[in-house]
Amino acid sequence: MALEVQGLTAGYGPVTVLRGVDFRAEPGRITCLMGRNGVGKSTFLKALMGLVSASAGTVTLDGQPLHGLPAHEVPKRGLAYVPQGRRLFGPLTVAENLAVGGLVRRNDPARLEQVLTLFPRLRDRLGQVSGTLSGGEQQMLAIARALCLDPRVLLLDEPTEGLQPSIIALIQEAVVTLKGQGVAVVLVEQRVDAVLKLADRVAFMVAGRIEAGRDVAGLTASDPLFRTYVGV
Amino acid sequence: MAFGPFLLLALMEGLVTAAVLALAAAGLSLVFGVMRVVNVAHGEFYMLGAVLAWAVTTMIPGPPALAFLAAVLIAPLLVAALAAAADGLILKRLNYDPEATIVATIGLLYILQQAALSLYGPNAYPVTAPFEWRIQLPWFGYSGYKLFVVLAAELVLLGLWLFMTRTRAGLIMRATQVDRSTAQAFGVNVDRVYMGTFALGAGLAALAGVLIVPIQQAQYLMGHDPLLLSFIVVIIGGLGSLRGTLIAALVIGLSDGVISMFFTPTLAKILATLLVAMVLVFRPQGLFGARA
Repeated sequence: MALEVQGLTAGYGPVTVLRGVDFRAEPGRITCLMGRNGVGKSTFLKALMGLVSASAGTVTLDGQPLHGLPAHEVPKRGLAYVPQGRRLFGPLTVAENLAVGGLVRRNDPARLEQVLTLFPRLRDRLGQVSGTLSGGEQQMLAIARALCLDPRVLLLDEPTEGLQPSIIALIQEAVVTLKGQGVAVVLVEQRVDAVLKLADRVAFMVAGRIEAGRDVAGLTASDPLFRTYVGV
Repeated sequence: MAFGPFLLLALMEGLVTAAVLALAAAGLSLVFGVMRVVNVAHGEFYMLGAVLAWAVTTMIPGPPALAFLAAVLIAPLLVAALAAAADGLILKRLNYDPEATIVATIGLLYILQQAALSLYGPNAYPVTAPFEWRIQLPWFGYSGYKLFVVLAAELVLLGLWLFMTRTRAGLIMRATQVDRSTAQAFGVNVDRVYMGTFALGAGLAALAGVLIVPIQQAQYLMGHDPLLLSFIVVIIGGLGSLRGTLIAALVIGLSDGVISMFFTPTLAKILATLLVAMVLVFRPQGLFGARA
């Protein structure tokens, strides 16, 4: 019961970015993906969602193939994606953004209630145009929108980038709650302290491949793995 | 006729032009806003609406109102179906590339125009108005049908606004307009949205053609002016902005009516084109469009 990726090769037109990625994410665990800028972390998440077409390799969820599906079919199989930079539907209200997130689940009101319980601040902003929210609120909305899908796998691309510590703590708390609910979380993260605090496993990406991966238990911030693969 | 009543008549004529223009331009704006496709064939959908209205009304016997009602229902649907087919056969295959679709819709323009010429002929044919009511004002009588056109266009545009802001399909279209890729990540079938949008845009143009044909005659070259004016309206209002499109249609329609009546229709077109040039220089995103 997991998201399994084998030999995934993908890119943009003639440019190959991912070169045979092998990866696994399990329910109720947080798997972090680290690597320097430009190694293909964001492209990997996009390829999982079918937004970047793969030229080789397989992606399966609970044994069911996801590769080759049109992009709009992937979320129906249980994958949700929080893109880097949030990519909210800016002119739409908070409620409308959440409604787009819930399209696949036919906007189940019970699910919306669960999501708003996780991010109560959004409840007071439902009628506000999302582009006018603060950065932290926008990030909460981006995650909440993805959660309206009631996903089995949640892909988060640097969700705490550029946010103030109180908001980061709130988002991390939400991610841990989701893990407790059995969601497989794949988190692209550059901050070592966040990885050590949240992750069960960390994978290091170099030039479109996963070069190393290990459980986080026992790792410290001074581990050479971080210096080698992330440069910190 | 004194100046006041003459001005009133000009404004009423301008209102009719604005109503029909708003319908056609809303379709063009919708297609550009959601799909980022500049549809050069849009005027031909307007022409097809008018020509099909003539065909339907000549085929259906009985009172003109019944035949016209059939035309209002059938012609836009047929044109929308044709546009959906064009989307699947042409635009989708070009992956909606902005430059390639301009060239493709120029080709579509000539195909539709020449098909109309071949099947319909070069002559202009009238369509009988569904009713002949005349509203008698103290200074002049005015066609009740023309006022009906204004009312019908307003109702359709209100319906379009409600559709875009209050329905699930409208929400999907607006989300796709903002960010196609992210919309896909939430299960939106963008190809289907694009097909529906292109059909809806063409259907609106065709409906404008049906409404105008009892006032102007149906003819295979009648798509040129609405295309030019729709572009003028959409550029002034802001590409993709429905609100801007409606306001610009009102400004252009009313000024067209007044200037055409007091001076010449050519001067009205010249001034509208000058206005577009000024908007492009000083506010390229249009009066209500978002800055790129």
